[in-house]
Amino acid sequence: MIKLEHIQRDFQVGDQTVHALDNINLTINDGEYVSVMGPSGSGKSTLLNLLGLLDQPSSGHYFLNGDNVTEINEDQQAYTRNQNIGFVFQVFHLIPRLTAAENIELPLVLAGINEAERKERVTAALKTMDLLDRAKHKPQELSGGQRQRVAIARATITKPSILLADEPTGNLDQKSGLNVIETLERLNKDGITLIVVTHDANIGSRSRRSIGMIDGRIESDTTEATPTSLGSSDVTPA
Amino acid sequence: MLHQRDAIHFSWQALSANTLRTFLMLLAMSIGVASVVILTALGEGARNYVTSEFSSLGTNLVIVIPGRSETSGGNPAVMFGVTERDLTINDAIALKRHPKVKRIAPLMIGAAEVAWQGRKREVTIMGSSYELQKIRQWNLAQGKFLPATDMNRGSSVCVIGKDIRNEIFGAHAALGQWIRIGDRRFRVVGILGSKGTSLGQDVGESVIIPVASAQSLFNVPSLFRIFVEVKTREAIPNVIRFIENTIQERHQGMKDVTVITQDAVLATFDRILSALTYAVAGIAAVSLFVAGILIMNVMLVTVSQRTSEIGLLKSLGASSKSILTLILIEAVLLSTLGAIIGFILGQLGCWGIRSAFPDLPAYPPMWATIASIAVALVTGIIFSLLPAKKAAQLDPVVALSKR
Repeated sequence: MIKLEHIQRDFQVGDQTVHALDNINLTINDGEYVSVMGPSGSGKSTLLNLLGLLDQPSSGHYFLNGDNVTEINEDQQAYTRNQNIGFVFQVFHLIPRLTAAENIELPLVLAGINEAERKERVTAALKTMDLLDRAKHKPQELSGGQRQRVAIARATITKPSILLADEPTGNLDQKSGLNVIETLERLNKDGITLIVVTHDANIGSRSRRSIGMIDGRIESDTTEATPTSLGSSDVTPA
Repeated sequence: MLHQRDAIHFSWQALSANTLRTFLMLLAMSIGVASVVILTALGEGARNYVTSEFSSLGTNLVIVIPGRSETSGGNPAVMFGVTERDLTINDAIALKRHPKVKRIAPLMIGAAEVAWQGRKREVTIMGSSYELQKIRQWNLAQGKFLPATDMNRGSSVCVIGKDIRNEIFGAHAALGQWIRIGDRRFRVVGILGSKGTSLGQDVGESVIIPVASAQSLFNVPSLFRIFVEVKTREAIPNVIRFIENTIQERHQGMKDVTVITQDAVLATFDRILSALTYAVAGIAAVSLFVAGILIMNVMLVTVSQRTSEIGLLKSLGASSKSILTLILIEAVLLSTLGAIIGFILGQLGCWGIRSAFPDLPAYPPMWATIASIAVALVTGIIFSLLPAKKAAQLDPVVALSKR
């Protein structure tokens, strides 16, 4: 469970203080599917970085599964990221010199898991993502959709409870974008908490809960009575 | 926590993915190590060469020089110093009384014109006695050395060096011929064999005559040197005391000679050449530091080029310590490989020098080899600390936003 209390994130730009996040109070339950929408500069990426422990709030508290993660040290935060949080980026962020399998394996390597178990889990993940025949390929030999599926496999290889996706379809064509969104939604159905940042209304409308942000504040937080049906094809690229 | 083996594998992949960068850094590092190895090998080779030259002077040799010097060792001023009293042939004979003295040979040096049948040459003339040959361990190509007669009596015989023989006599037989040295005539009784050198002086270019003859030829009463060969090494201090006392007695209480041992001269040269070796090692070590700075530069560039990768690693849960480890391992791999390649290049270079100059025993000293590899590793690591720290402190949000 994610709980934010009075989160403030200020940046100093020249002699001006910019409130990227302004008194955010937010609770997201385990297994929820949340989209965060808003124009550029509304603070949605800052919110995602903060949820992913990549950024620290200027003030306020962040409770992750009951622990106050604003008070733990950097190494513990790194460990929490590794174990509990998966990131999916718009630009994939795959390491070009590593194969698809090696990219997926990376979080397990960083966690110090032995090689036999790593190979087993990577093979399973490749299978789930339908990438088995692409295991030995370098990222530049993969299509955009395949790259993003590699990135999703990497983000979920440590079985985190939260998956954070920042414009996951932003660099993909419509078909691959839909495929990626469906992959993410499947993971959500299996129990992962999915938080997607997007400024694409079509993608935003797929989630049950939608948070609208403007100027660092939450302007709207709506939860539909019934979730939109899966598999609709009204996704347009950003 | 990241395992060391996986970290090394990851860094290795990073290095092999960027071959040009890796090659250039290895080149810099290996040139540094190789230059230390080769330059110290040259210094050591020169030192060993001089040492072996000195041993060819003969063993357990004590040299008596006229004139007193208060410093020990081979002060050049002493070699040509002005003396109160001459060092005479009788002084030399007196030194033979000590039971531990095996051989003595007086030495005079001068230059004179040597002529035979119209051919003339200015030549170094050495005046000495028959024991000089044994002390200097010279071989004769033909004939005999100077006869074993009373040193105070001159005789008109001479031994000539090989080069002189070739230049003056050419195809003619030299043995038994009379040659003119200065205004006197001498009969050639022997020809020195294989070209030996003594203290850098080529004996092939010399003519040796009895010391008394040299005295009258040059009209100088004083000897240039007395060589004293001692039976055992242990007896050298006793013999030196005996020489000083004997000369003092004979020179009316004046201790006006300097007695040096071959060891003392050798030690001086050894010190000079060791200092030279250290100096070139130091100069070469500078190139190692330059290589270290190059590694720092390239690693800094690497860190800024791989900013988004470092941000990604952080988002995947790499701690700052893991990032630091990864960058440092890259540097350690680079400097280790560079040191190994440099060591091999250095050994090849030394082998090349030895092949080109067989006289020069150009082997790098152990300390230089170990020190150069150690310095390569240490500079590699130290100069990577800054880039690694920079990488570890990168803000992941900023790092990830770079594309």
